[in-house]
Amino acid sequence: MSDSTTKTPDGDLGSDDHSRITRRGVSLLGRGIRDEKFLFSISVLGALLFGAMTVADAWVLGWATDHVIRPSFARGDVAEGALFAAIALFMAVAILRALGVIGRRLIGGIVYYRLVATYRRKVTRKYLALPMSWHHRHPTGQLLSNANADVEAAWAVFMPLPMAIGVIAMLVAAIVAMLAADVVLTLVGLVVFPALFLINVYYQRWLSPKVAHAQSLRGAVSAVAHESFDGAMVVKSLGRESDETERFKRVTEELRDANIEAGRIRSMFDPLLEALPSFGILLVIVLGIGRVASGAADPGDVVSVSYLFTVVAFPVRAIGWVLGELPRSVVGWNRVESVLDERGSMSYGEASLEGTGPVALNVEKVSFQFADADRDVLKGIDLQVEPGQVVAVVGATGSGKSTLTSLLTRLVDPNAGTISVDGVDIRDLTHDELARAIAVVPQGTFLFDDSVRANVTLGGDYPDEDVWAALRTVQADGFVSALPRGLDSELGERGTTLSGGQRQRLSLARALVRNPRLLVMDDATSAVDPEVEQRILKALAAHTSDADGPTVLVVAYRKATIALADEVVFLDDGVIADRGNHDELIARSADYRNLVNAYDLAREALS
Amino acid sequence: MSEITAEADRLTGLAIVRRGLSLSPAIKDGLGLTLVLAMLSTVGGSVVPILIQVTVDSGLGDGGETRLSDVAWYLAGAALLIIVTGLIAYWMRVRLFVASETGLAQMRVDAFRHVHDLSMLTQNAERRGVLVSRVTSDIDQISQFLQFTGIMLVVSVGQIVVATGIMAYYSWQLTVVVLVTFLPLFISLKWFADRLSRAYDIVRRTVGEMLAVIAEPVVGASVVRAYAIERRTQDRVDAGIKGNLDANVKAQRLVAVTFASAGVAGGLANAGVIAFGVILGVRGDLSIGTVIAFAFLVGLLVGPVQMATQVLTDAQNAIASWRRVIELLDTPADVVDPGNTGVSLPGGTLGAHFDKVTFAYPDGPDVLKGIEVTIEPEQRVAIVGETGSGKTTFAKLLTRLMDPTSGAVRLGIPSGQLQSGEWQDISTVSFEELRKHILMVPQEGFLFDATLRANLLYGKQDATDSELKDVINDLGLADWYAALPRGLDSQVGQRGESLSAGERQLVALVRSALADPEFIVLDEATSAVDPQTELRATRALDRLLDGRTSVTIAHRLSTAENADRVLVFDAGQLVEDGTHAQLVNAGGVYSRLHASWIAQASLASHTVVEPA
Repeated sequence: MSDSTTKTPDGDLGSDDHSRITRRGVSLLGRGIRDEKFLFSISVLGALLFGAMTVADAWVLGWATDHVIRPSFARGDVAEGALFAAIALFMAVAILRALGVIGRRLIGGIVYYRLVATYRRKVTRKYLALPMSWHHRHPTGQLLSNANADVEAAWAVFMPLPMAIGVIAMLVAAIVAMLAADVVLTLVGLVVFPALFLINVYYQRWLSPKVAHAQSLRGAVSAVAHESFDGAMVVKSLGRESDETERFKRVTEELRDANIEAGRIRSMFDPLLEALPSFGILLVIVLGIGRVASGAADPGDVVSVSYLFTVVAFPVRAIGWVLGELPRSVVGWNRVESVLDERGSMSYGEASLEGTGPVALNVEKVSFQFADADRDVLKGIDLQVEPGQVVAVVGATGSGKSTLTSLLTRLVDPNAGTISVDGVDIRDLTHDELARAIAVVPQGTFLFDDSVRANVTLGGDYPDEDVWAALRTVQADGFVSALPRGLDSELGERGTTLSGGQRQRLSLARALVRNPRLLVMDDATSAVDPEVEQRILKALAAHTSDADGPTVLVVAYRKATIALADEVVFLDDGVIADRGNHDELIARSADYRNLVNAYDLAREALS
Repeated sequence: MSEITAEADRLTGLAIVRRGLSLSPAIKDGLGLTLVLAMLSTVGGSVVPILIQVTVDSGLGDGGETRLSDVAWYLAGAALLIIVTGLIAYWMRVRLFVASETGLAQMRVDAFRHVHDLSMLTQNAERRGVLVSRVTSDIDQISQFLQFTGIMLVVSVGQIVVATGIMAYYSWQLTVVVLVTFLPLFISLKWFADRLSRAYDIVRRTVGEMLAVIAEPVVGASVVRAYAIERRTQDRVDAGIKGNLDANVKAQRLVAVTFASAGVAGGLANAGVIAFGVILGVRGDLSIGTVIAFAFLVGLLVGPVQMATQVLTDAQNAIASWRRVIELLDTPADVVDPGNTGVSLPGGTLGAHFDKVTFAYPDGPDVLKGIEVTIEPEQRVAIVGETGSGKTTFAKLLTRLMDPTSGAVRLGIPSGQLQSGEWQDISTVSFEELRKHILMVPQEGFLFDATLRANLLYGKQDATDSELKDVINDLGLADWYAALPRGLDSQVGQRGESLSAGERQLVALVRSALADPEFIVLDEATSAVDPQTELRATRALDRLLDGRTSVTIAHRLSTAENADRVLVFDAGQLVEDGTHAQLVNAGGVYSRLHASWIAQASLASHTVVEPA
């Protein structure tokens, strides 16, 4: 992943890198062409047709000059047959060229969009397959941009590519057409075309780092605005609006200067590229007059060659676009590839659990260490929970509580030891069976951009009564039925916005509706109002004390949550320091006392 | 944006451009000259057809009786003209880039500052992303328009006008022929542009939908795994990607068709020119060079027409962006800083007085209703109430993050009469003065992506390191500070994520202590932190509030219990006012809230968890 974590995303590519980038770029082009062989070929055919017809257009004008216009004027009578032929030729060329344009632009565009879609699918499939330990190592923002901006950047070069290929064919055809017209006039083309090509190459070489620089400054402007608006309360209450504006102004002005710098380059090259073909035509006329006078060329040849310069000038820029885009595409591709090259996934077993109702949980000599850490988070944990029991896990920050909950649902696997339910190692369970049997309510809540119902059922087949029952247990039925469309109300960006406590309750309902056989809650009511939390806990207690109620493992901070438990497990620095009921632990463990009485202690400190 | 004035909504596209330009003098000044230069720069391209006509008619067309000397002056003139117009084009473009970038940078800064002056920013977290796009992508869109599409529009129009002018000079009949062949395309331009802009709207919408579902396997990775919904998630992602792909292909189809049809119209025009040109020429109405020159002139029309739909679509988008930025700038800053005209606050520790204060969000019900209360200097007040009771609104009004709909909030010393000079309506106090005296400490300790020092200095810019350390010691945080590996130079990361939630709160407390106001309004943190940090924070907070007036939105039992006074809010009204001891058994809202707190904190028995 080294490429994607470096801080120089675009531009600033040393000249040593040029050949490497060209190599990578060529292999990227090869990959895209292989992936979309058929459509890409059609788009190139379209571009070739376009190029050929552009040259043909000039030829037809020359032909019409010599076979229709001049004879008619000379004879004082319309050369009808030739005129009809010229009209037919003009129209045929125009229609074929239009087909070429459609092939080039439409099919070429489709190739680009399909490549982007294909690689978005590949990248997101990787995200779904790679284990959680991999996800933990990579920042969210980076992964999102790998799937979005980076994929787009990687294939952006395919937008102008067919046209550029068509242009090369067009230039060759133009030279051939010129040779057919007159050798001397061709010399002008041999000077002007390479000049156009080289100017485009230098233009892009010069411009593209400036554009990349401006692009990264655009990101900086956005980052300052985001941060400043997010921290508005602090900015406002400390009266720092002017300083913030000053900070924003500095990066805005940097962006302005970068844009102006890029603009100056454009201002210079664009008129130059426009003027060059006109000079070519002047030269053609100067030489052409002599050639026609000496009988070496027809007037139509002069007209035709002149016309070629006017029609070829603009398309030639496509070559510059490809060259300008290629380094950016390579950078994007490097990042995308670093995801696609990742190997590894969770493997699941074949086993299922027998029966229904609560399961026994057995954690045996379990140790866990994060990949880049030098010490174990959990050290030889042994823990047995009887079916239907409620166990609270209590411990200071960093004691390993959350890690233990991750192990139970196999978000991560232990480095040593086994975890089994009803005697079956959870690594032997199928993925579906694991999810069916064990439900976890994580600390942070994640809601999908979907309806309330879908956020609870997650696509599972649960009748509405079950959904409502789960919502009732977590005291969410009130606010859900108050939503304009009830269970069908959309949540997320364009839907209803819920408070932290409401979100947490939906996340709880999501676990409960499944009637899990083991329920794992990681501080799952932290954002809920105290009064509401109290009601939830009561309802949960009723639910869990059913004969069918799940075995429960709950990570707790608050005493009210601890009160749910039949037994308390006190984790300290990755080991079970003590276990028993709350009163026993209070009586014999000073550390436990300190921990659960922290708020009270804090109060004593005041008095 | 319902809070934002709809005035700009009624402006037409042209009026938006005019208004936008008047807001950016850097763009407007000298724009006339730039436009004239832009028109002039199109002349260079028209030289070639004229030159062709002259050369052909001077004898070339008759089979080579031209001598170079016959056209030498024309050639020299043409060369000169091409060079001059090239230089003009360069000059025009540089002027445009400099002017538009300068003007838009200023507009960006103005809009940014204006956002900070809107109370909306602190009221509505969901709007923040939208506000960010006002100062970023919206202005980028305007810049793209001014520098590329806009200039393309001017140059295209110029080119069409010049080409048509030359055609009309040569032959009105042939001009009519050419225009007729382009007519259907001209007529359908608007139709294409509308279709295209709708197609792009759909593209934008699908992008939003796609980004949302692509976030699911990343942000929701653990949920997806825990519930084994990889398949379903993949299907949703695939559907999002497919929706976006389809929308893009559809838009691309329209682009390709407009491009292609402009080319066909060009071919038709050329055919028409040759046919009618020859007929007219044979009758002696036209020279041979003119007919050929027409073919070149038609070429000048094809490009602009090809780009026209794209130009129209881009222009619509840019005007929409411009409109949004103007709407933002036109929204009056609702909480106005009286600045230099503001009054001073009296010296000494301040109290506060709410005089029949009512507050409602625009078009919303009253959130606070006729609040009447006086807070004594150095009093520790706890505010208690359920979510939505109005307690946060109370705190925001007290610190003038918002202004009341009616009534007044005053700061002062209550020893004198309420209406006497000892009290000042806070809306008459300059922000600078106000913030020296009263400070809001938000619930989340928001940190900026910088060093710990820079974050602390947010409270007092000119504080020295030793001052910082003194404050840290005073708050009893020396041991915490000592444990930081890089001390004041520690990087806190984005939003302070390198620190724990509890540590962020500590930083916020130190920052506030450094600012040293007499009156602190505090929204107590609800998120669970580890007990050790909790203990530190509680101790630091206690020291911070010592000797100051404070109002704390309390989420914890201990805060209310330790306060000098508890204000209980319910449904926008102040329903109870007294000490903890007075209220706890009064059988009101506070008694009820207290009971549930107790239930939470107590472990006396398990009765609490039995079904009610």
